[in-house]
Amino acid sequence: MPQPHSSGYFRTDYADDWRLLQTRGQRGAAAVGLVLACVFPLVASAFLLDLANQVLIAVVGAVALMLLTGYAGQVSLGHAGLMAAGAFTTGILARETGAPFWIALPASGAVGALIGFLFGLPSLRLRGLYLAVSTLALHFIVIHAGQEYETRRGLSSGVVIDPPSLFGAELVDPRLWYAALFVCAGAAVLFALNLLRSRTGRAWRALHGREPVAEALGIPVAGAKVSAFVIASTLTAMSGSLFAYYRGFVSSEAFSLFLTIQYVAMIIIGGMGSILGAVLGAAFVTLFPYLIEMALAQLPGGASMSSLVFAVNYAAFGLVMILFLLFEPQGLVGIWHRLRNWFLLWPFRQRPLK
Amino acid sequence: MQTLVNIAVLTSIYALIACGYVIVYRTSRVLSLAHGELMMLGAFGLWVTIALFDGMPLAAALAALLLAAVVGVVVYAALMRRMTGEAVLAAVLATIALGILLRGLAVLIWGPTERHPLAALGWDNPVFELPAGARISAIDASLVGAAVVCYAGLFAFLRFSPWGIRMRAAGQSPLLAAQRGISLHVIYALAWCLATLTGGTAGMLLALNTALDQTMVVIGLKAFPAALVGGLDSLAGAILGALIIAAAEVLIIQFVSPLLADVVPFIVLLAMLIVRPWGLFGTREELDRV
Repeated sequence: MPQPHSSGYFRTDYADDWRLLQTRGQRGAAAVGLVLACVFPLVASAFLLDLANQVLIAVVGAVALMLLTGYAGQVSLGHAGLMAAGAFTTGILARETGAPFWIALPASGAVGALIGFLFGLPSLRLRGLYLAVSTLALHFIVIHAGQEYETRRGLSSGVVIDPPSLFGAELVDPRLWYAALFVCAGAAVLFALNLLRSRTGRAWRALHGREPVAEALGIPVAGAKVSAFVIASTLTAMSGSLFAYYRGFVSSEAFSLFLTIQYVAMIIIGGMGSILGAVLGAAFVTLFPYLIEMALAQLPGGASMSSLVFAVNYAAFGLVMILFLLFEPQGLVGIWHRLRNWFLLWPFRQRPLK
Repeated sequence: MQTLVNIAVLTSIYALIACGYVIVYRTSRVLSLAHGELMMLGAFGLWVTIALFDGMPLAAALAALLLAAVVGVVVYAALMRRMTGEAVLAAVLATIALGILLRGLAVLIWGPTERHPLAALGWDNPVFELPAGARISAIDASLVGAAVVCYAGLFAFLRFSPWGIRMRAAGQSPLLAAQRGISLHVIYALAWCLATLTGGTAGMLLALNTALDQTMVVIGLKAFPAALVGGLDSLAGAILGALIIAAAEVLIIQFVSPLLADVVPFIVLLAMLIVRPWGLFGTREELDRV
């Protein structure tokens, strides 16, 4: 959907169409954002840093799911299964062979790619709902494999992983973690943005639009579908690996169906078909339980509710998801676009075509 | 022999739950992933009515059934009605979100503790001896009975009653059905009502059989492969699908490993999706419509 730009900005050649940051405003905002992100760890408390780190890990996974579902239009309910595959690869490698970070992370990605290929095969025959169900079935099988490993090795409570070392320094300090995760999340976002303006990304969008037309335009549909699954799964498994390292702990219980739903909620609440949406959604869904907890603490008699925090979270999360689906299907990005357009076009008003 | 009885009981549990998925899907093309939670809600409804109608177990059970049916209408009117015309995925996600909401609310209202409605009703659960040394408990027998009654009722309803015929018409072509003056909203609400009624019945009987808590949702989810293996738009398929899934599960628990029990339905489902994605009795063109 073309968005209006501030006046005085005209694209004069094709290169302008391709720029990631097109206007001076965008460049300025990106620079300010980068500076703020660099200053943040210097001033933030350990708790805030932990939250930021969780958001950064979620951003990698949400961007991956956005590529697959939001752009290529392939529904997947196996996201937690893929994350589990990455996390368990890391856990097993680190425990059995003592593999360092820079081997375990790419290895998790490779396992993710392989499983993504398997997840993608049903997509050649199935569409929509049936595809979602087949990925759901694969989720249960991956989780079962993880549980099987845990019971066979007698690690029923989970696999413990030592903190990774990077350039000779152990990643224990939350600030170091923040730096490493910021680089990872930034790389994932840049990778996705670049992919989307390349041939592959255009093929995915055509696929999403209408499959027969994409085929008629000469896009190898089967290849594009499988590539979407493989690339998204690689990213997802890597985010699972980061998750495992950050927690220092892998357990099959962490990767329930609810995690999948949370990731799907991220891209819905953020706004389908937008990388910015994936980032916003990841932040929203990750911070949501903490917001609820804080709100509960403020309420009178909130202290007595503390045992029920989990249930309140659950109910509130479902409610928010329903509200977004019903009243703001465009998600947070839709709100942001409307706000921006209101200021850009002021004193005129944009009335979207119905 | 005991194995056969176990398979029959598990089959009727899965069949009773699976018909909810099938009714909603074949009428409105929405896959309701909140079915497990709605089933649990039905069982909690029984818990509430037991407290209300103290000392009148039959009245309590009837009121609970009525409550379960009303829940379906409310779900449709409040939520799913607004999702008509949206993408299929959005509707499915709405049901998932509803499921999460219900699960949270159930814990908030009734707490996480396990409950035993059977004791509260003041009934007991005698065990009958069957020929050839098998045994079946009264509740298990009534589960089988409920499944038989439910399916017989549904087949008769869809074939002979005017509302059933309207429901089939709406499922085949909503546009033409609406053209002929059938109110789609009423039909869809009726489908949701039947789904929660049957699902709620299953939930209540399961709660009477063992106990009432959150784990019931998992059983609801495991019945879903049964619906899909048989074909999502076929009631007869749901029985056969339930039989296949239940037989596979019981036999694997008995002869291979109980650990596999939770995965087996999904492995069968995956095999089915690869070989014959539209299910045993499903309509083939379904696949392109979603």
